[in-house]
Amino acid sequence: MENKNKIQCIDLGLIEYRKAYELQKCYVQDAITRGQNFLLICEHPAVLTLGRLTNPKHILVSQKLLEEKGIPMIAIDRGGDVTLHAPGQLVIYPILCLQYFGKDLKKYLWQLEQVAIDLLGDFDIVANRLEGKTGVWAQEKKIASIGIGVRKWVTFHGIGININTDLDLFSLIKPCGLDVSMTSLSRIKNKSIKMQDVKIKLLDVFQAVFNVSQGI
Amino acid sequence: MKNIVLPDLGEGIEKGTVSLSYVKEGDIVKEGDDIVELVTDKAAFNVPTEYAGRIQSLKVKQGQEVKIGDVLAVLE
Repeated sequence: MENKNKIQCIDLGLIEYRKAYELQKCYVQDAITRGQNFLLICEHPAVLTLGRLTNPKHILVSQKLLEEKGIPMIAIDRGGDVTLHAPGQLVIYPILCLQYFGKDLKKYLWQLEQVAIDLLGDFDIVANRLEGKTGVWAQEKKIASIGIGVRKWVTFHGIGININTDLDLFSLIKPCGLDVSMTSLSRIKNKSIKMQDVKIKLLDVFQAVFNVSQGI
Repeated sequence: MKNIVLPDLGEGIEKGTVSLSYVKEGDIVKEGDDIVELVTDKAAFNVPTEYAGRIQSLKVKQGQEVKIGDVLAVLE
C-alpha cells in the first residue's frame, strides 16, 4: 500500500460543473483500480446541484428564472439537499481510498469539516460545527457545505467553502434545506481574498488533517 | 445462497435509506458490483457485493430504510 499516505493534487481552475463531474468519475475509477488518492480543487460557474435528499420546495425560484440567469440545475449522486456553487467558492473534491483512512463515513465528514475549520483558522476566523448539522459555521452563518458520494469505498464530491462568493445567489435556494444565512471569508474579513492564497493554505491543511503528503 | 448485507459504515451510523437499486432479481453480478445506493444524510454510499452470483431475491426497494447488517439481497 505504497500510495496510502500520498495524494496527487490537481487544480482544475474555473470549470463547468458537468465537466468536473466527468473528471471526478475518471479519477474515482483510477483510485479504485490503482489505490491512488487525489485532491481536486476548483471553482464552478454558478450552478445549483441537487443531492439525493433534495426537497424541491428548497429551490425558491422558477426553472424559467434560473434559465434566464443562465444557472443550470443538476441532480447528482451525492447526499444532502440543494446547494449552490459559484465563482469565488473553493470547491474541494477529495478522491480518497477510505480503506487507508478507516472505513468510517462519519469520521470522513468530520475530517472534511476540520479542513474548512483549520483553513479559516489560518485567516484568523473562528469557525465551528453545529450539533446535528454537517457543515461549517462562522459568526453564526454557514460558510461551508458538504455532500459526498462513495463508490467501492472511494470518495467523490466533497465540500464547498465560500471565499469571495456572491452571497446574493444563495437567495435562490434554501441552502441544504436549512433556515440559515450564508457568509464568506471575504465578507467576514471585509476585503477580497486571493483565491490562490487560499489554495496554498488548503493544501497544507488538507495534508495535515488527513496525514498525507503530495506525491504520486 | 449468500446474503448481501449492509456493511458497517462507521461509528454512529445505524441506518440509511435506499435511494436506488442497480440490480433486479435474476441479474448476474460479479464481486464488487454495486447493488444499491444508500443515503445517510450527507453521503450517498454505493453498496457493492462481496460475492458473485445471480440475484435470487432483492430484499429492499427505493425509499426503504435499512439498518446496518440488514440483508439487501440474496444470491443463488
